[in-house]
Amino acid sequence: MWRIRHFEERVGRLKRGDEVHGLIHLSVGQEGVAAAVCGQLRDDDPVYSGHRAHGHAIAKGAPLDGVMAELMGRDRGICRGMGGSMHLVDRAHGFMGATGVVGGNIPMALGSALAARLQGSDAVAVVFFGDGAVQAGHFNESVNLATLWELPMVFVCENNGFAEFTPRSAHTKVERVSDVVAPYELERATVDGNDVGAVHSGFAGFLAAARRGSGPFLLECLTHRLRGHYEGDPAKYREAISKAEWQEKDPILRLQRRGVEEGWFDDSQAAAIEQEAVEAVEAAVEFGRASGFPAVGLAEELTYAS
Amino acid sequence: MSELTYVKAVNEAMARAMRADERVFVLGEDVAEGGPYTTTAGLAEEFGTERVINTPISEGAITGVAIGAAQSGMRPILEIMFIDFITLALDQVANQAAKAHLMSGGQLTVPLVLRTQGGAGYRSGAQHSQSMEAWLTHIPGLKVLMPSRASDAAGLLASAVADPNPVVFVENKTLYFKKGEVADEPVPIPIGEATVLRDGSDVTIVALSRLVDDALTAAERLSAEGTEAEVIDPRTLVPLDLDTIVESVKRTNRLVVAHEAVEHGGFGAEIVAEVQAAAFDHLDAPIERVGAPFTPIPVSPPLEDAYLPGADEIYAAVRKLVS
Repeated sequence: MWRIRHFEERVGRLKRGDEVHGLIHLSVGQEGVAAAVCGQLRDDDPVYSGHRAHGHAIAKGAPLDGVMAELMGRDRGICRGMGGSMHLVDRAHGFMGATGVVGGNIPMALGSALAARLQGSDAVAVVFFGDGAVQAGHFNESVNLATLWELPMVFVCENNGFAEFTPRSAHTKVERVSDVVAPYELERATVDGNDVGAVHSGFAGFLAAARRGSGPFLLECLTHRLRGHYEGDPAKYREAISKAEWQEKDPILRLQRRGVEEGWFDDSQAAAIEQEAVEAVEAAVEFGRASGFPAVGLAEELTYAS
Repeated sequence: MSELTYVKAVNEAMARAMRADERVFVLGEDVAEGGPYTTTAGLAEEFGTERVINTPISEGAITGVAIGAAQSGMRPILEIMFIDFITLALDQVANQAAKAHLMSGGQLTVPLVLRTQGGAGYRSGAQHSQSMEAWLTHIPGLKVLMPSRASDAAGLLASAVADPNPVVFVENKTLYFKKGEVADEPVPIPIGEATVLRDGSDVTIVALSRLVDDALTAAERLSAEGTEAEVIDPRTLVPLDLDTIVESVKRTNRLVVAHEAVEHGGFGAEIVAEVQAAAFDHLDAPIERVGAPFTPIPVSPPLEDAYLPGADEIYAAVRKLVS
């Protein structure tokens, strides 16, 4: 989680220096969901995400170097500089793709789940999306289809209460995403997405069942997006959370406090983990800076597969 | 060789692909029942409903399902029952399938065949009759096929299934029950190769889909009057076999491009632009286009008949060039 946090905070600074490109959507504050879900998956479990995808990709195993170089538009980026922040893919680790169109990722996860079934694999597909995607047609079509076909997959909704600039209450009468899908009678749960343990255990049960071939499941994680919708968003539509309140809610600090209390590690070990993350992120920045830009002809070369 | 309807040729091509490769499966609305034109008839009986999958009427989601399965190692053949309904799937087609290979830096491929059909003539009105291929030819990353003969449909569908890219295969409902000679074991036809269906020295007619037969009819009439038309069916729109067309125009010095789609912004405009750039000095007259007028398609029989371009319009266009 520290790797995701420091990666994204560094990306925010790089954006101000114009070293990373395009629209940058950070998940600072939501890292607990990515870590608790992806940490339990295998490389052959296909994962899809949306436009706020850095954390999911990194948690699934994508190398910091390649992701950073990708955001910088470099040839050694994980997608050779062709995808950028909103379209990360790391096929080797089963990160099948982020998509910039809200909701567009959801049906593709069903396709990967169907493929797993047809291939006789016990892989489980996971799709991350925000509460804003729930009002999209693709979500509703996909929940219907996934339940009808009983696909081995988990829908993971990061409900941060805001769809872009707008509070959930201004987009729908249904507060909880788990209530939206109630008529389909799929197994579902709503958990505190800033409580890593709660996300972990909520997801673990669904994953085990999906691994045995049942599904789908929906895990709604209530969380908080600390920054604006995108880097540069003045976020005038909401009041910033107070520092004191955030200290209580921050999923990383919460897990760290718990870890020390439970004796999993001590303060100095926790600090060492964070320091290791800071150094890895700096190395990624240097990796990106050292990589050249792709040749102009690469776009034409990659438009069609041969 | 046997005489087969176009729809049977498509149907058998799918069955052959499914027999040859267990990664191939079919999904779409009512496909297990054969669909409204029997394109998938008998497939569920042979391959089971695990591989011939009926879907709800959710074009966006089922297209996404096909893409996800394709990039996870399967070879889906997705049917969108009417091309008019592809509007509901365009996010998945244009934003996901067409771009996945490039956006992933080559990590993902989407070997998906999206079969659909268009065309007017059945009095079905403006939402079940359109020719929308130009919408698709404008999207880099897609291949777009539009064969007019049963044998070409069989050979091109085999190539489409084997292709690592998303391929849109556009059929025409009025061609479905026309018969043609099809080899018992059709040889795959390379994507991107036009076919010359009639040799001629006075004018070249490039026609798409249903208008290929109309072009041949017009050519016979012109021949009786001493004008010999060469008729070319590109079969593939993207990638376009421009060489075959340009080589012909350099001999005939005149070109008519004909399709059923609305002329305004139609794929014919692209062919015209390419040919004039490649063979401007060889042209003895401005290139003529034949296409539908710039209106939605009416239901009323005399109005639909008036709307549809055909052999008369192609004949008139040629006469304009050679008179």
